[in-house]
Amino acid sequence: MEAVQENKVVQFTEGWKQPENLRSIRKEAKQALNAMDFPTTRVEDWKYTRTTRITNKTFTQQDAQVEVDEFKIDNLKCHELVFVNGFFDEQSSTLLEDAGLSIKGIETLDEEAYAELLEDTEENVFSLINKAYSTGGLYIHQEKNKKANYPVHIIHVTTGNSVIANVRHFVEVEQGAELYVITSYNSKNAIDCFNNVVFEGLVGENASLTIDKLQTEEQTVFNISKENFIQDPSSRFLMNTITTGGLLVRNGVNILVEGANCYSEINGVYLGRGKQHLDNHTFIDHLYEHCTSSETYKGVMDDSSTGVFNGKVIVRQDAQKIEAYQSNGNILLSDKSSVNSKPELEIYADDVRCSHGSTTGQLDEDALFYLQARGINKKSAQKLLVAAFIGEVLDKIKNEDTRAHVDKLFLDQFGWEF
Amino acid sequence: MLSIKNLHAKVEDHDILKGLNLEVKAGEVHAIMGPNGAGKSTLASVLAGKDGYEVTEGSVDFDGKNLLELETEDRAKEGLFLAFQYPVEIPGVSNVNFLRTAINEIREYRKEEPISAKDFMARVREKSALVELDAKLASRAVNEGFSGGEKKRNEIFQMAMLEPKLAILDETDSGLDIDALRIVANGVNKLKNKNNAVIIITHYQRLLDYIIPDYVHVLADGKIVKTGPKELALELEEKGYDWIHETA
Repeated sequence: MEAVQENKVVQFTEGWKQPENLRSIRKEAKQALNAMDFPTTRVEDWKYTRTTRITNKTFTQQDAQVEVDEFKIDNLKCHELVFVNGFFDEQSSTLLEDAGLSIKGIETLDEEAYAELLEDTEENVFSLINKAYSTGGLYIHQEKNKKANYPVHIIHVTTGNSVIANVRHFVEVEQGAELYVITSYNSKNAIDCFNNVVFEGLVGENASLTIDKLQTEEQTVFNISKENFIQDPSSRFLMNTITTGGLLVRNGVNILVEGANCYSEINGVYLGRGKQHLDNHTFIDHLYEHCTSSETYKGVMDDSSTGVFNGKVIVRQDAQKIEAYQSNGNILLSDKSSVNSKPELEIYADDVRCSHGSTTGQLDEDALFYLQARGINKKSAQKLLVAAFIGEVLDKIKNEDTRAHVDKLFLDQFGWEF
Repeated sequence: MLSIKNLHAKVEDHDILKGLNLEVKAGEVHAIMGPNGAGKSTLASVLAGKDGYEVTEGSVDFDGKNLLELETEDRAKEGLFLAFQYPVEIPGVSNVNFLRTAINEIREYRKEEPISAKDFMARVREKSALVELDAKLASRAVNEGFSGGEKKRNEIFQMAMLEPKLAILDETDSGLDIDALRIVANGVNKLKNKNNAVIIITHYQRLLDYIIPDYVHVLADGKIVKTGPKELALELEEKGYDWIHETA
C-alpha cells in the first residue's frame, strides 16, 4: 500500500465548513490550496516571520456571542458592523440612515465580476484559505458622486479557544464618491486564536477612501491580514494602521494604482511589548503617470518584541512624473527587542522623484537627559519622547473621535499622553 | 546652599576635575572662568548628573542633601537648574507641555497640588515676556528650528518657569549677539533674589558686564586656582589665563 503524504494546508483546514455561497470562488481557491504549502523563512517574503507558530496549531470555526460595547468608538456616530469569530452578529450591529451607502453580505457580490476585478491582485496561502473558508464579510458600496453620511466601523471580536476567524470584506467607492471606514480587531478571553483577514477594495475615478485600522487583540491572538486596493484615475486612498495587540501580526497592504493623478498614502504605528512579533509588509505598484504616494511607518519595540517592516514601491516604465516617498523609523526600548527593516524601491521610469529611508535606534540620550534635568522622571521623559516620535503618524488620523479613541488606548495601555 | 569639597571626576579614563572646592551661599552670584579644557563644563555636567562622568573622590552637599546620590531629575526637583551650553532640539515635544509635566512632577515631589491650566498659562505669558521670547516659540517643539539666541533665551525662560534655588549657566553667553546677551542677562537679574544663587560658567568677561558676580573663580586644570572679586574678571580679560599659571 502506498503512503499518502497529506498536504499540510489541507490538514490545517480539516473539518472546517465552507458556507453555501460564492461557490465557484471557494472551489477555485480550495483547488489552488491542494498544491500549496505554508511559507518558510526561506521564502523572501516571509524571511522574518515564522508562521509555523500558527500553522502547527489546530483551529476550529466557532460562532459565539460577546458583549461589544467596549470596542465601540465613543461619540462617533457611525454604522457599526460586528463580527464575532468571523461570523456576522446582526443583533449587535447598527445601520444608520445613509441613502448612497449600501452594506450587505459579501455573498451578494456578483461572483464573476468580483473574480475578474481582483484578477491582478496577489494571493498567498492565507488569503486563499480565507477565500475558501470565509464565514462572513461585508460588501460595502458607496454610490457615485455621494459622500457617505456616516463612517463605517467594522468591529471584529475574537473569543474562545483555538478559534479561526476567516473574515473577508469588499468595499467599492464609486466614481466621485467618498467613504471613511474603520476596521478594529479586538479580542476578549481569546486563547490561541487566529484572525485570518482579507479586506479588498476598489476606489473609483476621482473617489476617496480612508481607512483607519486598529489592532488591539490580546497577546494570545495571531493576525494575518491581506489588504488589496485598486485605485482608478484621480482617486485618493489613505490607510493608517495602528497595531498594539496580537502575538504575531502580519499586515500586507497592497495598492495597485491603476490610473493617473492618484494619491496614495499608507501609514502605520506598531508598538511591541512582551514577545510580540509585528510585521508590516506594504506594496505600492505605480502603473500610471502623475501619481503621488507617501508612506510612513514607525515602530517602538520594548521587552523582547520584534518588528518587521518591508515596504516595496514599484514605478513602472509608463509611470512618469511619479513622486513616491517612503520612510520607516524604529525605536528600540530594550536590549532584547529588534527590528528588521527593508524599504525597497524599483524604478523603471526615468522622470520620477522618489525617496526611501529607514532608521532604527534608541531614544536620544541627550534629549532624555535634557528632560530629566528639568525634573521629569526618566520613565515620563521616555514616554514624552516616544509620544513625540509616533505622534507624527497619529496625526494622520483625521477623525477626531477615532483619534481620541486611539489616544485613550495609548493612555490606558502605555500611560502615554499626546 | 552648595558646598563642593575636593571633587575629583573623570570621563572615560581622563581625570578632569582634580580636587575642586567651591562654596555658594543663597543670594550670591559666582562666576567660574577658565581656559578651554579646564573642566568648566564637566563641573556643570557632574552637578546635573549626566551619564558618563564618574566621581572618584569628594562630596557635593546641596542644601543638606548629598547631591551626588540623587538622580538627575531629583536634583532638579531639589532646585538645581542647568542652562545648557548646547540646548537639545526635541522634535514633537512641545515646550509648554514638557514644562507643565516638569512643574507638576516637581510639585508632586514637594507634595504640592498640580498647577492649574490657567495659572500655568499666566506664568508662561509672564515669564516668556521676561526674556522677550515670542509666545509662539514657547509653545513650539523644544528648541526645534530655534536660532542660537532663541535657544539660550528659551533656557532662561525655562529657568524662570521652574524657579530653581541654584541655577548653573553653562556658557550661556556663547553664540549670543549683544542684544540677546542683554536680554538673557536682564532675565537672570530679574530672577535673582536673596534666596537663590547663580553660577555663571563662562569663557569671556562680557556677560559679567551685565550680571555682576560676587565672586570670580578661575578654574584651571580641574581646580579652582584663584578666587577674587568682580575685578578679577577684568584682569583675566586683559592679561589672559596664562597669567594665572604664572602666578599660581
